[in-house]
Amino acid sequence: MDNIQRATLVIAEHDNQSVSVDTLRTVNAASQIQHEGTSLPVTVLLVGYQSGAVLEQIKCAHGVSNIIAIDAKEYQHALAENLAELIAEIGKNYSHILTPSTTFGKNLMPRVAALLDVGQLSDVIAIESLDTVVRPIYAGNALARVRSNDTIKVMTIRSSAFDAVAVSDAPIVEHVTMAEKIIAAAHSMFVSQQKVESERPELPAASVVVSGGRGLGSKENFALVEQLADKLGGAIGASRAAVDAGFVSNDLQVGQTGKIVAPQLYIAVGISGAIQHLAGMKDSKVIVAINNDPDAPIFQVADYGLVGDLFEIMPELLDKI
Amino acid sequence: MKILVPIKRVVDHNVKVRVKSDGSGVDLDNVKMSINPFDEIAIEEAVRLKEAGTASEVVVVSVGSQGCQDIIRTALAVGADRGIHVLAEDGIEPLAIAKTLKAVVEQELPKLLLLGKQAIDDDSNQTGQMLAALLKWPQGTFASEVRVEDEQLTVTREVDAGLEVLTMPMPAVVTCDLRLNEPRYASLPNIMKAKRKPIDCIEIDSLGIDTTPRFKAVTYTVPEQRKGGVMVSSVDELIEKLKNEAKVL
Repeated sequence: MDNIQRATLVIAEHDNQSVSVDTLRTVNAASQIQHEGTSLPVTVLLVGYQSGAVLEQIKCAHGVSNIIAIDAKEYQHALAENLAELIAEIGKNYSHILTPSTTFGKNLMPRVAALLDVGQLSDVIAIESLDTVVRPIYAGNALARVRSNDTIKVMTIRSSAFDAVAVSDAPIVEHVTMAEKIIAAAHSMFVSQQKVESERPELPAASVVVSGGRGLGSKENFALVEQLADKLGGAIGASRAAVDAGFVSNDLQVGQTGKIVAPQLYIAVGISGAIQHLAGMKDSKVIVAINNDPDAPIFQVADYGLVGDLFEIMPELLDKI
Repeated sequence: MKILVPIKRVVDHNVKVRVKSDGSGVDLDNVKMSINPFDEIAIEEAVRLKEAGTASEVVVVSVGSQGCQDIIRTALAVGADRGIHVLAEDGIEPLAIAKTLKAVVEQELPKLLLLGKQAIDDDSNQTGQMLAALLKWPQGTFASEVRVEDEQLTVTREVDAGLEVLTMPMPAVVTCDLRLNEPRYASLPNIMKAKRKPIDCIEIDSLGIDTTPRFKAVTYTVPEQRKGGVMVSSVDELIEKLKNEAKVL
């Protein structure tokens, strides 16, 4: 433990253009790691290619003490193999290494942990002390309070459980190190990405989410969900059944294996409320369920339930909201 | 090409587990156990690659108590050729499981490892990535499509932004997402045939792996339950409640 300083390294998630809201939430989680009442210093590691704009954004984030920025073509697509080696190399001097529990973080961090020969705490929802965190298990049906005996605590942060840190108008982080260390991908090659373009807010950042399920019946009918989301300035989500039926793309799936959201308002339309779906939305502030089956499990978690034909209810709702 | 498929025995996905009243754990007595659903997808993909002539042998491996033999038999019944049971206590952490699987990989020398993307009990989503790191193999996580051509693997991955396609040389580790395939059911004749397929049993202690837990679960708690909601009878009432009571509109 001699060489390890009490300090936290946050791995920034970004698309080389902008930093993800999940990263800003992870910085907040990092600031909750305290020793004798003081937060451990938080260093953000930004690895990317032509990611200068991201660096400028992180400079404006509160709660960040230092930034290490590494910019090289090899890191353009955030491939796990080279990124993990790089992070393990830099991270071995830190007591805590955090990244958002997004597909980026889930792909990368276990590889980092294994290289450091430490375990990983996945999907942390609360940090209680230097070594103890809370994380959900069994699709969120139980919470485990877990203490780590590892010298380096590697964890992924469930961003819906933390607010984003504030961002200033002007840069506030003074210590920025531009590092050069290139680990070429000996393994994977990036081929392509099909990014789903949307004007709507992103699911993890949205304050309103309208989700549709099998009850919509078709891709065309899913427009009802989209219209309501647009009217409320919200994001759209979906149950697994709706994704499997091809109504919407997989990146909109809310649930244990999709995205975890906790908006101010979650409206579930034609979703029965299977355990796996509830795992992704039951921390929403207000839940509204619209379903024709009064016995649907979704009504057990809904604050407001409306039983009826969604094809009658949705147009009326669109009309009156 | 040999494919190795690590599988885990978990509480059936339809069971809603209960936390023990003293907070010492989750009550698993008399609860139905099954193959982790993502692992079924991994087995299915391996069997399909064999049926397509790409793979020559599919070996499943499970680490855990005696009950793992049941899920290995199930995997054999849907088309795996043989099983390996690493006899150990249940609940070993992902890092130690990855180290155990690495030892099995070094004996079996598969070209491809297919795992589920996460187990639905601990929801860790770590083992495949850790195993890839320990083996220094490339990884294709959250796969929704897998293609094998001339020692080259092409994996379509489900990522937050949509889909991403990677290629990588083999040997490689792939973790399977929900949409990779639709697992088949075992037919009765195949269940009977599976009883004659071999399962090797290895004691975990013979592998020389340090499985000392890195974590200690201090307590288990029940998540805060939501307060019972109200049923509204009309769209007007719903809008009124959202505006004036919940103040979210």
